[in-house]
Amino acid sequence: MKRYSFSTIMLWVGLLFIYLPMLILVIYSFNGSRLVTVWGGWSLKWYIGLLDNTQLMNAVMRSLEIACYTAVAAVALGTLAAFVLTRVTHFKGRTLFGGLVTAPLVMPEVITGLSLLLLFVAMAQLIGWPAERGILTIWIAHTTFCAAYVSVVVSARLRELDLSIEEAAMDLGAKPWKVFFLITVPMIAPSLAAGGMMSFALSLDDLVLASFVSGPGSTTLPMEIFSAVRLGVKPEINAVASLILLSVSLMTFIIWFFARRAEDRRKKAIQQAMDESTGAHLQNGPDSRRDPSQIHAAA
Amino acid sequence: MAVASSAYKKVLEGDQQPKEVLVKIDRVTKKFDETIAVDDVSLTINKGEIFALLGGSGSGKSTLLRMLAGFERPTEGRIYLDGEDITDLPPYERPINMMFQSYALFPHMSVADNIAFGLKQDKMSRLEIDARVAEMLKLVQMSQYAKRKPHQLSGGQRQRVALARSLAKSPKLLLLDEPMGALDKKLRSQMQLELVEIIERVGVTCVMVTHDQEEAMTMAQRIAIMHLGWIAQIGSPVDIYETPTSRLVCEFIGNVNLFDGQVVEDAEGHALIDSPDLERNIFVGHGVTTSVQDKSITYAIRPEKLLVTTEQPTCEYNWSRGTVHDIAYLGGHSVFHVQLPSGKIVQSFVANAERRGTRPTWDDQVYVWWEDDSGVALRS
Repeated sequence: MKRYSFSTIMLWVGLLFIYLPMLILVIYSFNGSRLVTVWGGWSLKWYIGLLDNTQLMNAVMRSLEIACYTAVAAVALGTLAAFVLTRVTHFKGRTLFGGLVTAPLVMPEVITGLSLLLLFVAMAQLIGWPAERGILTIWIAHTTFCAAYVSVVVSARLRELDLSIEEAAMDLGAKPWKVFFLITVPMIAPSLAAGGMMSFALSLDDLVLASFVSGPGSTTLPMEIFSAVRLGVKPEINAVASLILLSVSLMTFIIWFFARRAEDRRKKAIQQAMDESTGAHLQNGPDSRRDPSQIHAAA
Repeated sequence: MAVASSAYKKVLEGDQQPKEVLVKIDRVTKKFDETIAVDDVSLTINKGEIFALLGGSGSGKSTLLRMLAGFERPTEGRIYLDGEDITDLPPYERPINMMFQSYALFPHMSVADNIAFGLKQDKMSRLEIDARVAEMLKLVQMSQYAKRKPHQLSGGQRQRVALARSLAKSPKLLLLDEPMGALDKKLRSQMQLELVEIIERVGVTCVMVTHDQEEAMTMAQRIAIMHLGWIAQIGSPVDIYETPTSRLVCEFIGNVNLFDGQVVEDAEGHALIDSPDLERNIFVGHGVTTSVQDKSITYAIRPEKLLVTTEQPTCEYNWSRGTVHDIAYLGGHSVFHVQLPSGKIVQSFVANAERRGTRPTWDDQVYVWWEDDSGVALRS
């Protein structure tokens, strides 16, 4: 075998440290035994059992639902905020607004959750809305902090965009809102997609905010898992976690695959265009800059 | 430049058609916070002409162009197009289109869709749009690239698409912002003439902004020299080069030798200028208007009109002794730097008409001389 250098060993130690727990989790999800820590042979019964566990399955569906809503709302609000921050250069309270938009990024979740809970309670007493806490309140809570992430991602993209492209569209007769939807949005689409996926993942993962603002019958998956684990780890949880792992890795792989294919195609097209234009140049006659006779004449 | 400019031809022939004013800029001022970008500028642009705003960076030329397009609103003054006040119209309601320096092609649309974009905003029918796009593509010879995306095109091709896009709506006024800014030098001179040809074929009035004097002189029929927000001189390329009205214009366009001096004799048909830089007086073949108190004047002469010889001229005025200080060989011509007895160094362009001729070399004793009407006397 090859000699093991220090850095190779550290690499493997690091990788094991990150991925071994997940691997063990996946292996134990196939455990036939009722006890989590005792190996009882291979079995798929926890996966089949999952389908019968309506409480857990409902939590999964609810979490996915909230994550979808959050992704849409956060992208819409975050993009609007980013657009105002990058395109409207002068208005009163611009600095304050910029600070407020990004504040949820650094705010401890416990504080955001608590203040939102107090707000919802106070609003329910004053105006009777929201009548009860549930999916709607969790959605609002998740949107508040996900919109901050989206606005950071989108404003970075908007800032590097060539402003004259939007000006050109306006110059050609498109009204500002049309410029936004026909020109700006397609150009920032990748960052919108990134922001949406990030919001989806953040929402799916959130435990703290959801625990504060959820009500009866609106338990999300992280809450369900957390409360189940407190009563002792059940093999079913392992199965759920394995499924989540599988779906996340699959999605990442698919995105990587398509991004790479698009990049390859783009490179090929640019290469082709360059070949054609240099070909056209050569037909125009020899390049005088490379013509040695010119150098002799100058000497 | 080895190429003949159609703009120059038109100047020589003299425009026979009566001049009809298309754009009138009336005392326009633009301030950004405290800095004044454009300072009380008034000018008119005639129908069918190519007009260049020429100036260095920070001269306000781009701001003036952006005010014409509608991206900036003047702090004071009005802008009229065809007699109609357009000062307060937003860019999307002006019959003016612009070709941007970066071309600003929409990266997610094909060449044909880029050109069709403006037409679609006018709610034209699909058939009409297709016909117009095909016509524009043919005009700029890009028909075979209609389905390409902008990133698949070379710089010159992108410029053609940008031009087609800005001409597609048949604007009353076409604005060009540094049209050759993104091209390399070789492609530039080729595209300059091509651009002029297309603009003249379409017959659109055109205002361009550039910092490149060669480009302005090749393409434009009239040039406005801008400096620090105001216009220093407006005129044809020939006017501006041969009869500049101020030292600033003179030094901005091309190279020039300047002699500061005093008017010592001022008659109807001639004047004599005494310059401390020269041993002999300068004879000007026309009267010079001077005030009684201030006799100081600047005499400007272009390097190609200052001639270098090894034989002593016989006339009384307009020559000087000197030694060759330096020679720069530029291929088509050489620049001789001649040091006068006073220590002043003057430039002279000598055309390299012969492949190998005997000509003065470093530290040779030479004479520089010029004709009576070669230079210009400047008061400011």
